[in-house]
Amino acid sequence: MTEYLLSVHGNVDEDAADTRTMEDYQPVFEAVDRFNQKLKAEGAWVFAGGLHPISTATTVDFTSDTPIVTDGPFVESKEYLGGFWVIEAPDLDAALEWAKEGSQACGGKVEVRPFQSEADDAAMRTDG
Amino acid sequence: MVASLVRRFGDIDLAEEAAGEALLVALERWPADGTPPNPGGWLTTTAVRKGIDRIRREQQRDAKHQAAMMITDDTPHEPTGVVDDDRLRLVFTCCHPALAPEARVALTLRLLGGLTVAEIAQAFLVPETTMAQRITRAKAKIKAANIPYRVPDGADLQERLAAVMAVIYLVFNEGYLSSSAEHSVREELTGEAIRLGRVLRSLLPEVPEVLGLLALMLLTESRRTSRFAGGELVPLPDQDRGGWDRALIAEGHDLVRHCLALGRPGHYQLLAAINAVHTDAPTTADTDWSQVATLYDQLYAVSPSPVVALNRAVAVAELDGPELALAQVDRLEDSLASYHAWHVTRADLLRRLGRSAEARAAYDAAIAATDNAAERAYLTRRRNQLAG
Repeated sequence: MTEYLLSVHGNVDEDAADTRTMEDYQPVFEAVDRFNQKLKAEGAWVFAGGLHPISTATTVDFTSDTPIVTDGPFVESKEYLGGFWVIEAPDLDAALEWAKEGSQACGGKVEVRPFQSEADDAAMRTDG
Repeated sequence: MVASLVRRFGDIDLAEEAAGEALLVALERWPADGTPPNPGGWLTTTAVRKGIDRIRREQQRDAKHQAAMMITDDTPHEPTGVVDDDRLRLVFTCCHPALAPEARVALTLRLLGGLTVAEIAQAFLVPETTMAQRITRAKAKIKAANIPYRVPDGADLQERLAAVMAVIYLVFNEGYLSSSAEHSVREELTGEAIRLGRVLRSLLPEVPEVLGLLALMLLTESRRTSRFAGGELVPLPDQDRGGWDRALIAEGHDLVRHCLALGRPGHYQLLAAINAVHTDAPTTADTDWSQVATLYDQLYAVSPSPVVALNRAVAVAELDGPELALAQVDRLEDSLASYHAWHVTRADLLRRLGRSAEARAAYDAAIAATDNAAERAYLTRRRNQLAG
């Protein structure tokens, strides 16, 4: 079993051109809900959630002597992370099937990325 | 009993284990089911079955292990050592949609074709370090993302098979369309593609498009040596048909006939059939252009691309004259203006219509649009032969 991050990204320009209302989005919320239920029912669900808009982000940098706290995202960009699912799946093919459903449900592109496992961590430490 | 098993399996340990397992089953079942009429025979049969199961499991594990090792480690390996089912798993893994297209090609050539990284790099005209990195990254992705090592099932198989065939055909074209003698490794590519096509056919003998792809490659390859003369590309109508490889043609025609019998036409099968009409004709004048045109109509229905339309127009020129064909070709300008074959076709049609100045301009455009030295040489000569 491998854990995968299924992340959904938004685009600032596309948002500006989006004229849909909350009402229009109801079917999307419902579809995502149904998808989440299915993930849970089939034991693939680990965690998921939608994020508040990028304007609510704060960035913390304590890589030097003093911590720096800044309003805003890690990097100014047109693209931003909107939400994600963390799932567990036997292999990439299974994860991709979930991602297809998720993409349909939320109406956006979904990026699938594997988590490093404890075994990977151990391997990296010994390879070093 | 053990002795007969040893004779059967040629392995004492295996024979003893199998016998032991059979006895265990007997001890479990006979009290409840009753002793069978021929207990010795029953035990032997059961032991043989147990032995075969074990061999299969070991083989699968070893072969799976062997093949999986190919994906993760860098030691040189003998692809032929892996059993057929595993070649199939391997080719589907190498051609997984999650891998970049050029990575699929490289991995397939490395793991199934057994080409060295240096050879693949040379074939695709990239530095060896670039190719090595490409392959390493692909293997790393297979491992990290946990791309499964298996033949996809039912629903996905069609789509995934299409990807495998696309890789094989790409390798073939890479070898076939490059210039000739200077790049001998690229000639090996057509051979390699055909070999992979044969492997695919042996593994999936009843899939029509698989047969079609192999037929297409064989028939195209059969004309290889006649395609070049004096450093120039020789187009199909001018080729020395005596130089065509008759054995490849026979095999290709056979496959095309088989495809016709299967009655489920597709892209590769139709291209193969079109080639077969050409390779069937003893001379250019004998070419059944009406058949070619009909096949292109069918091909267009399956794959409605501008390139197919262009090639169909060539057949139309033979049946209905260059004027009508030129009108069709000109309609494709928006899609094909940067495609050298579009300019070549136009140039030829304009030449036949006696519109020399326009033909010259078209030849110039064609020459500018191709890097292939042999092709340029041919086009330059044709252009220079134009009257007025």
